[in-house]
Amino acid sequence: MSGATPLLELRDVKKYFPAGGARMPWVAPRWVKAVDGVNLSIHAGETVGLVGESGCGKTTTTRLILRLERPTQGQVLFEGRDVFALKGRDLQRYRQSVQAVFQDPYSSLNPRMRIGDIIGEPLEAQGGLSRQTIKAKVGDALSLVGLRPANATRFPHEFSGGQRQRIAIARAIATSARLIVLDEPVSALDVSIRAQIMTLLEDLQRQLGVSFLFIGHDLATVIHISQRIAVMYLGNIVEEASADVLSATPMHPYTRALFAAALPPDPFEAPITAMVEGGVPTALAPPSGCHFHPRCPYAMARCSTEAPELLPVDGRAIACHLYSECLSVPSS
Amino acid sequence: MSTLLHVTDLRTTYVTHGGGRPVAAVDGVSFDLERGECLGLVGESGSGKTTTCLSIVGLLPAAARIDGGSIEFDGQQLVGRSAEELSEIRGRQIAMILQDPMASLNPLLTIYDQVAEPAYYHRGARGTGLRRHVLDLLRAVRIPSPEVRMAEYPHQMSGGMRQRVVGAIALSAGPQLIIADEPTTNLDVTIQAQYLNLLKDLQRRTGVSLLFVTHNLGIVAHMCDRVAVMYAGQIVEQGPVRDLFQTPRHPYTQALLRSIPKLGSREPLYAIPGQPPDLAELPGGCAFHPRCPRALETCASEAPPETAIAARHLARCWLLNP
Amino acid sequence: MRAPGRARKLLKDVPILPGVILLALILTAIFADVIAPYDPTVPVAGAKVFQPPFWMNGGSLIAPFGTDFQGRDVLSRLIYGARVSLLVGITGTLVAGGIGLTLGILAGYLGGWVDHAVMRLTDAWLALPFLMFAIFLAALLGAGVSNIIIVFGLVYWTRYARVIRGEVLTLREREFVRLAQVAGVSTPKIVMRHIVPNVMNTWMVLASLTVGVVIVTEASLSFLGVGVPPPTPAWGSMLADARSTLMVGYWWLTVLPGLCISAVVLAANLFGDWLRVRLDPQRRDL
Repeated sequence: MSGATPLLELRDVKKYFPAGGARMPWVAPRWVKAVDGVNLSIHAGETVGLVGESGCGKTTTTRLILRLERPTQGQVLFEGRDVFALKGRDLQRYRQSVQAVFQDPYSSLNPRMRIGDIIGEPLEAQGGLSRQTIKAKVGDALSLVGLRPANATRFPHEFSGGQRQRIAIARAIATSARLIVLDEPVSALDVSIRAQIMTLLEDLQRQLGVSFLFIGHDLATVIHISQRIAVMYLGNIVEEASADVLSATPMHPYTRALFAAALPPDPFEAPITAMVEGGVPTALAPPSGCHFHPRCPYAMARCSTEAPELLPVDGRAIACHLYSECLSVPSS
Repeated sequence: MSTLLHVTDLRTTYVTHGGGRPVAAVDGVSFDLERGECLGLVGESGSGKTTTCLSIVGLLPAAARIDGGSIEFDGQQLVGRSAEELSEIRGRQIAMILQDPMASLNPLLTIYDQVAEPAYYHRGARGTGLRRHVLDLLRAVRIPSPEVRMAEYPHQMSGGMRQRVVGAIALSAGPQLIIADEPTTNLDVTIQAQYLNLLKDLQRRTGVSLLFVTHNLGIVAHMCDRVAVMYAGQIVEQGPVRDLFQTPRHPYTQALLRSIPKLGSREPLYAIPGQPPDLAELPGGCAFHPRCPRALETCASEAPPETAIAARHLARCWLLNP
Repeated sequence: MRAPGRARKLLKDVPILPGVILLALILTAIFADVIAPYDPTVPVAGAKVFQPPFWMNGGSLIAPFGTDFQGRDVLSRLIYGARVSLLVGITGTLVAGGIGLTLGILAGYLGGWVDHAVMRLTDAWLALPFLMFAIFLAALLGAGVSNIIIVFGLVYWTRYARVIRGEVLTLREREFVRLAQVAGVSTPKIVMRHIVPNVMNTWMVLASLTVGVVIVTEASLSFLGVGVPPPTPAWGSMLADARSTLMVGYWWLTVLPGLCISAVVLAANLFGDWLRVRLDPQRRDL
């Protein structure tokens, strides 16, 4: 990517949650290491995909970016400035610039508010806009997502799941946000509607130049819409590459397991190979060294004692001892 | 006879609250399932796939009833049977695996109790024989250290393992048919792959037939021998998996396949316009016609019949029947 | 504010009997001056003291439900008593509900030490026996309708606080609340716009159930002499005044006010029950 300052940057971000209730003062605290040293950049106008299974920390990462949680360590930088040091007007500007769309279209909209008020809410929070201006912007946002502006007087229950998600997207673009965090935006929608929303998002990016952080668990969906992808496992990014490079040659054993498990709708392809056994361990007591080593088919002795760093290899970044030692891709 | 399940013209309706005409969740569904075969039932919300399964197994909610058609299972007619008879058939010959393992397992009973129950009631297994049977089942579903695990409770296990236990319970009485309704939707992708592998393996070993309900065409492509695509309460296309994926004949199937992102391809997705219909207000004629890119005039007024395209490949479309 | 047609759907299956009773109560209270045949504080001319109801021996239509120990018309006293019960019942509930709603929202939404503090306060408060506490407060504040209302507010807020806090805890995690936070909406606005409207259903159900309780408690307080002071007629004090005469056979002085109390409380409870059922699945319908 270009050397320009990234729009959003996470520098060695960690978020630990205290685990367990009351404890004796002499007992060492236990931590759930939800995010354990994450480095990520998003540039203007690009879509970065974040893919991983349950417990990998992608939701916590979004909460950190959206300022719903404070990092235990590390920095979140927006246009080079620490997001958690912002106050007053600067903070307000951040809020307008970074918006979100969540997974459940049925709980993203307040059932007692009209659509126009829902979409206008971030505009109103920004302050200083007349009611006419807000109304006009709401109308524009609705048109951009393919709904008629007259819908502003209706209530959420009058719309289907796909339409509600469009309304949620309209709310996210109403303030001319520069970055929208999308947390599983199509997972709860019917299959035939998903393509509509994906196409809408791509169109919006082309028209508005907005960046997306697209979080999902379905590899094919995430790869389709993203230019770059980061794969997370138990609080760390294990591999990061452009979407094309990643789908052509996944290198990290976990990434390869994800690819093997992603079933293409093509009965002529190879049968299912479950490359890994077992489930994701708890973030409360992650395995030592490389978190993935107990499930890794290529684990070496070193993997259980030393956590690999995310190192640049061959146009991508990868955290795996296999690659820090020898650069050849092991045959499966 | 190699046909295990023979469903003809099944029609199941729901009463709506507020009165009004009953809504047909399943409206003239016909399909066969052979012994040892895996049939995929694909559809979105409102397509009727879950209602079809509940109709077969006799577990419809109070607001629903089978209005017509026949369900022949192993030579016996299931429609019109009493609740007790259906319950007997249910445990012994038909088993179900549902989406949420936590809801399928009793939190207060041990794994042993729950896996043993069907064999105890329907096969009369007791004592050491029963114990051995439970251990065999747990090993078959690849649960490590089964002797230890069977004394545990559901909350002590992970989601993937719980779903395996559900599989063991399903197999316990030695059924001929297992109906799996979205069993992997709540599981992580890597766990899903393991689970599907397991199901396929079990199917091959025990010869049980599998009716697999899902909205995920990828799973169908890898698990099933044949597939039936449902839309608004009807089967719009059914046939062998390879035929259907290679040459889909119904516009809905074609559109669905084109709307799914495929790994390694940056082709723009085809977005089907509109949304799945409200069953209470179906468009006249073919239910898919408002969204169909190739709709003809007749499609708006008359519903197409099922047409045979090849051996066991059928579709409901006027395009095949001008 | 609501889409048309929802109002009609809401009023469908309203339970008839409770609805009629409550409606009658409200109308009686409002139009007491017009409906009541006599001034409730003054003896009726032309009637004896302790005159029985008209259908009994010795009764007459001058005082249809009889008279009390001062010769005052029982019917008029019942009618004016409705006013007191309604006033105290509704206002007391509103005060209790208001306090409970505020504390419940503060505890649920702000969490942390505010939550702990409010919950411990609620626990402590709940440990106090209601009636004793009410009597104590009433004695402290002195007689008078407004004081009674304050007493009820202070006694009954806890049930609201607990329940509303629970609702708010769930609501706080709902995505539309999180998105409002992301948009930078100020906390007071989030509470007013997102939290309060979505807990109102629960609040209304609680309120309708509390009205019955308050009316009974008012009656108890009046009965014990610390409620509404004479000569204002209140159903509870009518019971109190007449308790000694029940043995002598002047049953109408206790049974009639008692029936009124029972009818209203039962109606309020049934109505509240219906409201609870009605409002819940409707939310699911959305």
